[in-house]
Amino acid sequence: MAGLFKRFRQSYFLYSFLRDPVAVTSFALFVVLALSALLAPVIAPHNPFDGANIDIMDAETPPLWKDGGNPAFLLGTDNQGRDLFSAILYGMRVSLLIGVGAVAMQACIGIMVGLLSGYGSRRLDNILMRIADVQLSFSSYMVAIFLGAIVQMTFGVGRYEQVAVPFLVLVIGLAEWPQYARTVRASVLAEKKKEYVEAARVIGLRPFRIMWRHILPNTLTPVLVISTVQVANAIMSEAALSFLGLGMPVTKPSLGSLIKSGFQYFFSGSWWITLFPGVVLILLVLSINLLGDWLRDFLNPKLYKD
Amino acid sequence: MQPLLDVSNLTVKFALRDTALTAVNDVSFTLAKGERLGLVGESGAGKSVTGFSILNLVSKPGFIAGGSVLFEGKDLTRADAETLRDIRGNRISMIFQDPMMTLNPVLTVGTQMIETIRAHMKVTRKEAEAIALDKLRKVYIPSPERRLGQYPHEFSGGMRQRIVIAIALLTSPSLIIADEPTTALDVTIQAEIMDLLLELCQSEDMGLILITHDLGVVSQVTQKIAVMYAGGIVEMGDTAKVVGEPLHPYTRGLLGALPQCADKADCGLADVAAPRVRRRLNQIPGSMPSLSDVPRGCPFNNRCELCETVCTTTRPLLEVKSDGRMAACHMVA
Repeated sequence: MAGLFKRFRQSYFLYSFLRDPVAVTSFALFVVLALSALLAPVIAPHNPFDGANIDIMDAETPPLWKDGGNPAFLLGTDNQGRDLFSAILYGMRVSLLIGVGAVAMQACIGIMVGLLSGYGSRRLDNILMRIADVQLSFSSYMVAIFLGAIVQMTFGVGRYEQVAVPFLVLVIGLAEWPQYARTVRASVLAEKKKEYVEAARVIGLRPFRIMWRHILPNTLTPVLVISTVQVANAIMSEAALSFLGLGMPVTKPSLGSLIKSGFQYFFSGSWWITLFPGVVLILLVLSINLLGDWLRDFLNPKLYKD
Repeated sequence: MQPLLDVSNLTVKFALRDTALTAVNDVSFTLAKGERLGLVGESGAGKSVTGFSILNLVSKPGFIAGGSVLFEGKDLTRADAETLRDIRGNRISMIFQDPMMTLNPVLTVGTQMIETIRAHMKVTRKEAEAIALDKLRKVYIPSPERRLGQYPHEFSGGMRQRIVIAIALLTSPSLIIADEPTTALDVTIQAEIMDLLLELCQSEDMGLILITHDLGVVSQVTQKIAVMYAGGIVEMGDTAKVVGEPLHPYTRGLLGALPQCADKADCGLADVAAPRVRRRLNQIPGSMPSLSDVPRGCPFNNRCELCETVCTTTRPLLEVKSDGRMAACHMVA
């Protein structure tokens, strides 16, 4: 364990990371955001889901530094009197959870399909890739509206709140898996021509084992890179769906539903309800994307910057 | 006695859009247990395809169009996938040209070795590791325990080829097919690796098919030589005889193209100072025909100095000539 840590400290990965100020800054920002989301119940001054704590009289309190600001509410409150700062922390938690969950789901489906498609027969490849094309030609919002209607019918609007998170993971996961499948397939096609695969066949290994143990690890670099971008995309998709009212309900808000809930008060002067969740969303997505960019450059041996 | 490997009338074709090219044409040879055979020829003569077809691993669009490959009595061209898997890497191993390419870059050497063992033998990880260490010692890898945990990029070229040989040895196969095992290595390492292969074949009583274009390497290591040209064997026999007095004009041309010392018998370093006959290297005029337009009759006729009318009409068959050697040529008795 100590050896591993030492190796990490001496690695080119860390060296190259520390030399890139953009990467360090975005990583720091991401860590701060992720930690505060993770530790929301500890950090947040209020529990925005606890009805007993919320007083409608506090509704639309402006942020602390504005006239009429209340020291108890750092970033002000929303239209129901919830502390916006706490709501953002909790909302970010939901957003991250859905983002990571959806990407995990995309990766599972996509990697499997990509491997089979790249290594399997031409026929199988054609079938799977056409399915992927069909999937990509659906807009994820259409899928969400469609499945959302079904889910709300079966579970009832009241219980939708409980299944909203897995539902969104499913919808965003289903909508975007072809990205993974295509990436993995492309690198499998390149890898399977290499001699070590031939050698593995000569050794007499089973096709599944060759696929899983020998080819898959060699295709993980692009998978790692698109994973970061996909997390950011999934968070944005979730926010967009929630903003349209197809995602998280306002009772259990994500960043998207917070933005939405404040939107109708935006022009009546309560700009903070929409603005702050929006800023946090932008920072979150931006930091993930910048990290992804750095990772892509780092893992691309053809790109030596200096 | 049944030979270890009996290849008869093996024909491999590659399917094109509307025709098929013949890459290996009616090749037959046998290999006794522990015998070492060299397959020599220019690039594109069909040596490697022959090697792959023994394992029934010709990749598409190639296919085995005829003939049989009997290994220990079993016909590998008709064997089912399970039998083949059991033989590949277990009874017959293969060594490739470039050790950088044949080892998986993301797995440690140990993982790759243990995986090979466990694909063929029912042993625990510990036992597999012991076998791997044993074989690494056989190929003279220093401190094998430490090396087992390293990745291919941490080895030098020669070391890597040793690892590849060790992997080939893991299951104590009875035949090793080495496809240009030293081409990617520098000259000093080449000799080391060939010596190692020879030593291992002798000590483990393994058969060897050495595919190469290097006649020097072949004459060092093998007992028999088969010279291939445009997909067929043109001359086959004892290494000493074939190299000493080649019958087929193509073999003669090949040997004439080798740089040699004045004194054929001894090309050792001791002679460096000795006077040499200065001569230009021989060259076989022209180049090997592409598989799509092999000339009628003898495939070598357009480059052959002995060419007569019969050579342009009838394809010579591989037949036993005067001294018990086989050659495919109308002009040699």
